Amino acid sequence: MAETTTRELLLRPIFHRNPIALLVLGICSALAVTGKMDTAFVMSVCVTVVVACSSFVISLVRHHIPSSVRIGIQIMVIATMVILVDQILKAFLFDLSKQLSIYVGLIITNCIVMGRAEGFAMNNPPKASFIDGLGNGLGYGFILMTVAFIRELFGSGSLFGVEILKLTSNGGWYVRNGLFLLPASAFFLIALLIWFMRTVDPDQQEKN
Amino acid sequence: MKLLEKLFDRAAPHFQPGGRLHRWFPLFEATDSFLLGSGERAATAPHVRDAMDLKRIMISVIVALLPCVIMAIWNTGYQANSTLAAMGLPCPGGWRGHLLAAVGCDPNSLVSNLYHGALYFVPIYLVSVLAGGLWECIFNLVRGHEMSEAFLVTSLLFALILPPTIPLWQVALGISFGVIFAKEVFGGVGMNFMNPALAARAFIFFAYPGQMSGDQIWTAVDGVSSATALSTLASGAPGHALANLNISWWQAFIGTIPGSMGETSTLACLIGAAALLVVGIASWRVMLGMLLGGIGCSLLFYMIGSDVNPMFSVPPHWHLVLGGFAFGLVFMATDPVTAPHTFTGRWIYGALIGALAILIRVANPGFPEGVMLAILLGNVFAPLLDYFVEQANIKRRMLRHG
Repeated sequence: MAETTTRELLLRPIFHRNPIALLVLGICSALAVTGKMDTAFVMSVCVTVVVACSSFVISLVRHHIPSSVRIGIQIMVIATMVILVDQILKAFLFDLSKQLSIYVGLIITNCIVMGRAEGFAMNNPPKASFIDGLGNGLGYGFILMTVAFIRELFGSGSLFGVEILKLTSNGGWYVRNGLFLLPASAFFLIALLIWFMRTVDPDQQEKN
Repeated sequence: MKLLEKLFDRAAPHFQPGGRLHRWFPLFEATDSFLLGSGERAATAPHVRDAMDLKRIMISVIVALLPCVIMAIWNTGYQANSTLAAMGLPCPGGWRGHLLAAVGCDPNSLVSNLYHGALYFVPIYLVSVLAGGLWECIFNLVRGHEMSEAFLVTSLLFALILPPTIPLWQVALGISFGVIFAKEVFGGVGMNFMNPALAARAFIFFAYPGQMSGDQIWTAVDGVSSATALSTLASGAPGHALANLNISWWQAFIGTIPGSMGETSTLACLIGAAALLVVGIASWRVMLGMLLGGIGCSLLFYMIGSDVNPMFSVPPHWHLVLGGFAFGLVFMATDPVTAPHTFTGRWIYGALIGALAILIRVANPGFPEGVMLAILLGNVFAPLLDYFVEQANIKRRMLRHG
C-alpha cells in the first residue's frame, strides 16, 4: 500500500472499489435513507465525516492498541464520532435529524466504518487513513445520491423537495410510482448500478 | 409452402455463424420454426421419444387458457354493459363508442358483450405481448439465445390478471419489469426463480396502488367504482360477512362478477385445469396441495370465529371461488419452472401457498387479496423445499444402509 498515491486513495473507492457496489457493505442505510435526496445527502456527509475522522484517530493511536481488544477500542472511537455528528445535526438541522431518526446513530454499526478502521487505518499512517476514509465516504455518498436521485424523481416527482415532474395530484401529468417510495426499490437500483459498474469495469467481476 | 421453404433455405447461410447477419439468428430461427417444422434430428444417443418439447408445452398452456380468455372477454363486456344498463347510461363515447355503435350496449346480447369486452381486453393483451416480446427479443439477440414461446404465455397470463380499466402504459411498464427483473437478468427462459407475470403484477400493485389495490371494483365504465367481493366481505359485520354480498355462490363460480379480467370464473379455470392435467403439464400435487391448504386454513379461521374481523366468518367454499384463488391455483402455482421438483416438495409448496393466501385475506387488513403475494413467496421458498426434501431423503437412506 506504500506506493499508492493520495489521488488513488481518494478516487479508487468511488468507482473501482466502491464500498457499496463492490464490497456490498452499508446496504441497510442505503435502503433506508434514499427516499429523498436531502436525507441521502446529509447521511452521506455524516458517514464521510465519521469514517474519515475515526480512521484518522485510530491510525494515530494504532501502535498503542493491544491486538486482543482492538475491535472494542475502534468501536469506542467510532461511537464518539457518531455521537458528535448526531448532536451537531440535532442542534443545527433538527428537522432532517428527525427524518433520519435512528440511522445516524446506526452509523456506529455501518460496516464501512469498521471495515476501513480494521482493514486500513490499523496498518497505515494517519494522513493516508484520513484520505482513504474520505474516499470511502464519497464512494458511499455517490451510490446513495444516485439511488436517491432516481427514487425521489420517480417516486415523488421532485429533487431536493423541488417539484420537477408535475404530479397528477397537483393537476400535472406524472403519476407517482409508489414502488420507488418503498425501501425495497433501492435493492433493484443498487443491483442495476452494480451491473452497470461491472460492465464498465470488468475487473470487478468475480473470476469463475 | 414450397416457395416459403426455399426462401428460408436460401436465407439460412446468412444467419449461420460467420454469415453477415449471424447476430440476428434468434429472430430468424424463431420465424423459421414458427412457420415451418424443424428438420433437425438427434444424431446421437440418448434418444427420447416424446413429442412434448418446450414449444408444445407453452402452446398447450395457451390452449388451456382459452376458456379463461373467452370468459374474460365476455365478462368484461357483460359487467360494463350491465352497469351501463343499470345506471341508464348510453354507450360510452370515445373510440370504443364509435366501434360499439353497430351492436349497442345490451347486457343480454352475447355479441355486444363479447365485442365490448374485446375492446378492453385486446389492447391490453397486445401491449403486453409487444412490450414483453420486445424485451425478450433484445435479450435473446444480445445473448444469441433462441426465442421461445414462453413470453406468449407470460403476456397472456399477465393480461388475464389485470383489471380492464388499467392504463396501457402501466401494462407496458409492468410487463417490462416482470420480463427483465424476474426472468432475463437471471438467464432467460427456464431460469426465472419467480413467475414473471406475477412479478409484473406485483410491480404495478406496489407502484400504482390506486389502480390495483383490489378493494375497488374494476368495471369498464368511466368513473364507476365500488367495492370488490372480497372487500365487501371485509367490511361486513363480524360473524355475518356474507350478509352484505349481493352475489350468489354460483355467480362467483361461473364468474359473472367484476374483478381482474381472467380470474373471476372458477369454472373456466377448472376446464383449464382438466386440460393441463390430461396433457400432464401441471402438477396435480401442487393443485391439490394448494386446495387442501386453502380449505384447511379457511376452515380453521371459520371454526375459530372472531368478534371483530368479518373475514373469519367466510366459509371455505366461498374462499375458493372469490378473487384469484382458482386462477392462481391452476395457472400460476403450477408453473413447472418456479415450483419445486420433488414430489414431497410440491405438496408442501401447494399447501403453503393455499394457507398463506387465506391467511393474508383474512388476517391482513391491508390487502383484501393475497393469492399473488402467497404464490410469489411460495416461488421464493421452492428451492429451499427441494433442498430439505433431498436432505431428508439422503439421511433416511444413510440410516437404512448404514
